[in-house]
Formats: sequence, C-alpha cells, structure tokens
Amino acid sequence: MAGADVIPDPMEITLVIAKIGLVLLVILTLAAYLVFAERRILAWIQDRKGPNRVGPFGLLQPLADLIKLLTKEDFCPPAGDRWLFFLAPAMAAIPAIMTFAIVPFGAPVRIFGRDLPMQVADLHVGLLLFMALSSIAVYGVALGGWASNSKYALLGSLRGLAQLISYELSMGLSLVPTVMLARSFRLSDIVAAQEGGWFILYQPMAFAIFLVSILAECKRIPFDLPEAEGELVAGFHTEYSGMRFGLFFVGEYINILVLGGLAATFFLGGWQGPLLPGLLWFWGKVLAFAFLFIWIRGTLPRLRYDQLMHLGWKVLTPMALVNILATAWWLYLAGSSPL
Amino acid sequence: MVSLHSYLILSAILFSIGTIGVLTRRNAIVIFMCIEMMLNAVNLTFIALSKYLGNLDGQIFVFFVMTVAAAEAAVGLALMIAFFKNRESIDVEDLNLMKW
Amino acid sequence: METLFFSIVAAIAILMSILVIRCKNPINSALSLIMTFFCLATLYVMLEAPFMAAIQVIVYAGAIMVLIVFVIMLLNIRTESGRRTQHALFLGAATGLFLLFQTWYFLSRSSLTGAKGAIDSAAIAKVGHTELIGQSLFTEFLLPFEITSILLLAAIVGAVVLAKKKV
Repeated sequence: MAGADVIPDPMEITLVIAKIGLVLLVILTLAAYLVFAERRILAWIQDRKGPNRVGPFGLLQPLADLIKLLTKEDFCPPAGDRWLFFLAPAMAAIPAIMTFAIVPFGAPVRIFGRDLPMQVADLHVGLLLFMALSSIAVYGVALGGWASNSKYALLGSLRGLAQLISYELSMGLSLVPTVMLARSFRLSDIVAAQEGGWFILYQPMAFAIFLVSILAECKRIPFDLPEAEGELVAGFHTEYSGMRFGLFFVGEYINILVLGGLAATFFLGGWQGPLLPGLLWFWGKVLAFAFLFIWIRGTLPRLRYDQLMHLGWKVLTPMALVNILATAWWLYLAGSSPL
Repeated sequence: MVSLHSYLILSAILFSIGTIGVLTRRNAIVIFMCIEMMLNAVNLTFIALSKYLGNLDGQIFVFFVMTVAAAEAAVGLALMIAFFKNRESIDVEDLNLMKW
Repeated sequence: METLFFSIVAAIAILMSILVIRCKNPINSALSLIMTFFCLATLYVMLEAPFMAAIQVIVYAGAIMVLIVFVIMLLNIRTESGRRTQHALFLGAATGLFLLFQTWYFLSRSSLTGAKGAIDSAAIAKVGHTELIGQSLFTEFLLPFEITSILLLAAIVGAVVLAKKKV
C-alpha cells in the first residue's frame, strides 16, 4: 500500500513465500486428514469401526481416496455448460484457501534477526477481506448447480445460494462487536486486544451467532440443505465426479478449518494462551472447532428449509443487531477503554 | 506512477461499453448489469480524482453510489421477478403494457 | 512496474466488460461483470483506497451480483431471446463511441484544477484509510448517511411488496 516502487528485500520475499507454502501444505494435509478423522469419529459415535484397513489404524486412507478420485472418469454432462462446470469447483475451494492468508496462526517469532509475524498478510482491512472472500465462495455452489443443467443440482444450488446469503448477514453482524471492542479490522490487532480476556467472555451471544452462522456457511449438517442426500441426491454436486467432486469435498473441509481458525481468532484469543507456545494453542483451538463440527454432524438432524430461513432472518439477524446496540451502549457508558 | 488520465480514460471506456450494452441488449437483466457497470466506471473516476486531489469526499460519494446501487438491485430484481411471473419473459421488447 | 500492472488490470477490465455485452448467456455476462468488478477493486487498492476495494467486493461482487445470479438461476434464463434490430445496434454503438470520443477529447484538452486537500499517502499510512473514511462519514456527511438508511428501508419495503404481490 505504501510506496509505489520500493524493491523489497529478497530475504523478506523468501520468508513470505516460505510461509505461503507452509500454510498451503498444512491446510491441505489437515483437510485430507480431517475427512479421515470425520469418518472415524462418526463411526465411533455410531458404534462402528470406520475405515481402518489402509495402513496402521487406516492412516493412509486419505492417500487411497486421493488415488481413487484421480483415476476416476472426469465426466461432464452433455447438456451442461462445460466451462462453468470446470470452473465451479475451483471457485468453491480457492476463496477458502485464500482466506487463510489473513489468519494469524502463531506468536511472532524472531528469525534471522527480524520479527516474523506468523501470518501471511496482516491487512489493514483484514476482517473485510474475510467477508469479501466468504461472499465470493457462494459462486462455486451457484455455478456448480447451474452448469450441471440438472434439476437436483439447480435446486441444490438455489437453496445453497439463499442459505449462504442469509447466514453471511448474521455472520457479518456478529463480528461487528468484535471490531468495536478491538477498534480495528486488522486481525493481529483483534488478537492483541484479547490479551486481557478472550472476547467470548464479553460477547457470548456474538460467539453463539457466529458459530451457528459458520456451521451454515460450511453447509454442515443441521444446515446441509444444498446437498441433502435424501431429497436432492447430492445437491449442487450431483453431476460431479473424480477430482472435481474431490475439490468441492476438500473445499468444505478447508472451509471448516479456516472458519474454525477465524472463530478462534475473533473470540478465543487467537494464538494466545498460557504455558504452551502460540502455534500449539492456535491449532489446538482449530482442531477443537473441527471436532465440534463433526460431533454436531453426528448428533443433530437436518433442518427444514422454512426453519432454516426462519432461524437466519428472524432469530439470528435481529439478535445480532440487538447485540451490536447493547455493545455500543456498553462502550458508551463504560468510557473509552472498557477492557 | 500511473497518471490520472489513464484512470479517467479507462473509466470513460467502461462507461461507453456500458452505454452500448444498455442501448443494444434486450434482456432486462443484462441491461441492469450494464447500468451497474456504468455506475462502477463513475466510481473509478471518483476514487481516482479523490486520490489525485488529496480529498476523501469523492470516496464518500462512492459509498453512497454503492448504497443506491444496492437499493436499485433489490427493487429492480423484484420488478423483474414480478414481470417474469406475468409475462414469462424478461425481454424489454415485451414491456409494452403502457404503450399502445 | 506499477504502469505495467495497471495496463494488465485495465486490459482485463476492458476485455471482461466487452464480454458482458457480447455474451449470449446472461450468466456468462454476470461472471464477466464480476471479473470487471474485481479489476476495479484492484485499481482501488492501487489508488490507496483499500477500504473502498473491500467494500466494492463485498457489495458488488458479494451482494448485488449474487442477487443477479440468483434471479437468473431462479428464472432459469439460459439464452438470450434475440438481439435488437440492426438500426438499434448501429445507433447504440454510435452513441457509445461518440460518448467515448467526447470524453477522450475533453480529457486530453483539460488539466486537473481545484484545491488540493490534505490527504496524501503519508496521512493514509499514519491514520488509516478506514479511520479517515469513518471520520468524514460520521461528521461532515452525517445527514446524507442517515438519509441513505431511509433509502435502504424504502428499497427493502418496495422489494418485499413487489415480490409478494400477486400479479
């Protein structure tokens, strides 16, 4: 943003590229193992064994799945829109991966004599970038269903579109009190503001709204109407096969990780925590969120469509607005520094 | 440093393309999108001038243009749905109820 | 470097905006328009307006275009119904090109006048772009800001009434 033609230090560029590579590697591996973990945990909840054949304890299962998906036929429905059909899975997965660029995933470390923040890009408008990217992710679902030219897929993607727009609203509104408390859109500032106490203590309602909204944003079980197996076959990705289906699938799990990381950043103090190093705290919180998501999937039934809309528009959004007003009054009455 | 003129010319090109689209297309939704494009071209002018004049008023104006565009989208698309329910088409040539 | 980057982004923006008016299928037009909006957001970042860039993506790409795509999908409009007559095409293109020529002509003959304000790169880096926007929005432009909320309320009510009414 600052100077126009400043040539950055090559060391800096190397470090940034190394960080990007590391984050990508960690995110993709974790997402693959999250799929495996979900299958094992669901099996445990339902008193089954789950995948345990490939490798010790079934630990090589993600690899086997990958080979299976890669060798499957790459099919496109003849009546579909070929270009959009190929584009849609990427549009679903890439915004989720990109969002991780703004998440601070550890305490800053000193390396080669310079302070290295554990975050790819500490943007001034970080939180707004997250909102922007999460609104872009909608297109993957929409175009996937549209390009398939099939009625199940179209219905699934219409549902998905309406659901994602509705819950994005409550998600954004639930984050406003966080910004009001931290007085910054910058994610590192939001983490720093929680040094005295995590925002979940001050904003339990905002946290609850955010949690429900991110469940809906991930299209996870109580809100998995876009892909409801029983009624829409598989919703917007009915026609997809092979690695393109895999991209939708992995995108969903990357989304869980990213939104879990953001929930930790906004409400649970990010990488902050006693005793253990920041990296461990952060990833521990992310995995705790992932476990919560899987647990919810193993426990709750699916909502009906009108219940979904009712919850989003008539419960969560008004609650979030009231919460913003209450926070504003509290900040006003408590003076300039309430924390 | 990119000159102010480059930005203004780019915005003029986008505005003209938007105008051509509005005048030559028949699909109401595409016309609507072309209008959005024209609004955006104006926004680019505002922000470029705001930077080169060192004054934020232009950006505030962009903020209001966006609000108006959002309101326009809500009402315009509702109109289109109502029209489609009535006529099974969103071709502007079919919008001839008021003329005879 | 900056000029090269600007040229690339501007070229993509123009190409995509031409695609908006050339594509037969409305959904392809919508996607091209989204790309144009992204290019404009990139230009806003280059113009040191990161807040505006973020708002551009959230409001245009994330809200307005999603609504348009939703309506296209809901009404299931897969192809254009046909084009206008040759005369309309010719006149439309002529008007657009005339407009372009006129703007270009006056731009190339004019120079930037007007009082220079105090906001430069240093001020933006020091205070922050969002803070500066917020300050002028809630002091100088408070009344327009409040009026905007009435506009939005009217739009919401209008949209609900239009969509609910049996026609």
